[in-house]
Amino acid sequence: MIRFSHACKRYSGGYDALTGVSFHMPTGQMAFLTGHSGAGKSTLLKLIALLERPSRGQVFVNGQNLARVSRKRIPFFRRNIGIIFQDHQLLFDRTVFDNVALPLIIAGLPQREIGKRVRASLDKVGLLKKEKVYPITLSGGEQQRVGIARAVVNKPPLLLADEPTGNLDPALSREIMHIFEDFSQVGVTVLVATHDLDLISQLPYRQLSLKGGQLVDDTDPSLQEQAG
Amino acid sequence: MSRLDVKTRSRVLLLRHLQVFFYSLGQLSRQPMSLFMTAAVIGIALALPTGLHVLLQNAQQISGGWDGAAQISLFLKKSVSDAQAKKLAAKLRRRDDIAGVSYLSREKALQEFQQQSGFGDALKALDKNPLPSVLIVQPALAEGQAQQTAALLEDLRKNQRVDVAQLDMQWVKRLYAIMDIVRRGVIVLAGLLALAVLLVVGNTIRLAIQNRRDEIVVMKLIGGTDAFIRRPFLYTGFWYGFFGALMAFIMVYVALLLLSGPVEKLTALYHNNFELSRLDLSTVLILLLTGVMLGLTGSWLAVGRHLRDIEPG
Repeated sequence: MIRFSHACKRYSGGYDALTGVSFHMPTGQMAFLTGHSGAGKSTLLKLIALLERPSRGQVFVNGQNLARVSRKRIPFFRRNIGIIFQDHQLLFDRTVFDNVALPLIIAGLPQREIGKRVRASLDKVGLLKKEKVYPITLSGGEQQRVGIARAVVNKPPLLLADEPTGNLDPALSREIMHIFEDFSQVGVTVLVATHDLDLISQLPYRQLSLKGGQLVDDTDPSLQEQAG
Repeated sequence: MSRLDVKTRSRVLLLRHLQVFFYSLGQLSRQPMSLFMTAAVIGIALALPTGLHVLLQNAQQISGGWDGAAQISLFLKKSVSDAQAKKLAAKLRRRDDIAGVSYLSREKALQEFQQQSGFGDALKALDKNPLPSVLIVQPALAEGQAQQTAALLEDLRKNQRVDVAQLDMQWVKRLYAIMDIVRRGVIVLAGLLALAVLLVVGNTIRLAIQNRRDEIVVMKLIGGTDAFIRRPFLYTGFWYGFFGALMAFIMVYVALLLLSGPVEKLTALYHNNFELSRLDLSTVLILLLTGVMLGLTGSWLAVGRHLRDIEPG
């Protein structure tokens, strides 16, 4: 699903955010991307979502070379990726329902279909009863779940999350991770960037560790178990 | 997505356009004061050329009758007798380029002069009638064929019974020339003010884009195309143009209402039952269409320039 081939990202000013990163994530895998702030986690996610383009090397998503995706095609490419942000990126002048419905409206779905899918998505994150309220009245954890509902409402095959538990207490963080696990189990590829090592050490998923823009560690407990 | 057929897709698209159309109106109505002020600025800019256009139309209507008033007065030689004059009049009437001839005999001319000029007593002091008999010739002409009139005048001047042939049309020509200049001026003014409207709308939309920067970023993150993101701003521009044109209409309407009283008084003094014509339907439609087009164009320019600058990341 995701393949990096010697990808580098140098920002203007000469700062190297990523240097020579190569890895492959098969479809349906769930993985964590770890590292200190400034290690290049966000940059790596940005390269996948075409928010940035690599200075050198190549990135493939779903077999597609992202270098070949023209500026005009980027919106259509992004519709296949659900992105979740630490700061939720919700629109506060619209209800929870309207926030979650946005990707479907953009995709041009009929109104009836939108209602069904939005409710299914809100149900999955346990917020069905809050569809008519405004995000500002929700707690941080609830806002994050609205963000997740919006990211998955379009049923994208790939889910990216950038520090989704950054502002949440451990219990809420675990809850959010469980939601990601659920999606992973139905075949969605999930990549979560986080520095919450305590939390992910309890979870049996692959870990990609970045340090100073380089991939320094790649462990997969599930593979080790199989090998052992 | 590909499962949706073309019919459903176009219906959904139409529905979305309608939604955004009214959504942008709703957004504007949340800040009625700023909508009013922007619309007022656009309104004033549109009202100026519109008002001048209507005044010009009125001026044309008044002066339209004067084209036909181009008469040729033939002052006959004093030696020409009454019968000869009548014969000449009959002869002229048969010409194709003459619509009508009226004959004013020397006696009648004297009578009229005594009645109307106020010099009646002075004339009594003269022992002979000093006035010549006059043929008033009405050329058969379509509007604007000044050369033909000039040729006719030349021809009549050659007639041996005619002493003086006079065409008093010079001032009409001058008036038309002045109105032509004014019309050009209105067009130039309208062009400049249209540019001003573009700038006003463009600037307002630019501010709207900056205010909704976060929203645009989110839209781009979740796969909104430029067309999708542009849409509400274009409709906002549409509404600005529309309300601006509406304001202009009200301004011109009220101004004409205020003018109509004094104008009626003035024309009554000229024994003229002229009525100030109001805004006609086609002017109103052109005004609305122009406002809307300027609004759309202004926002299109602003959105095109500023939307690209906002990128997530």
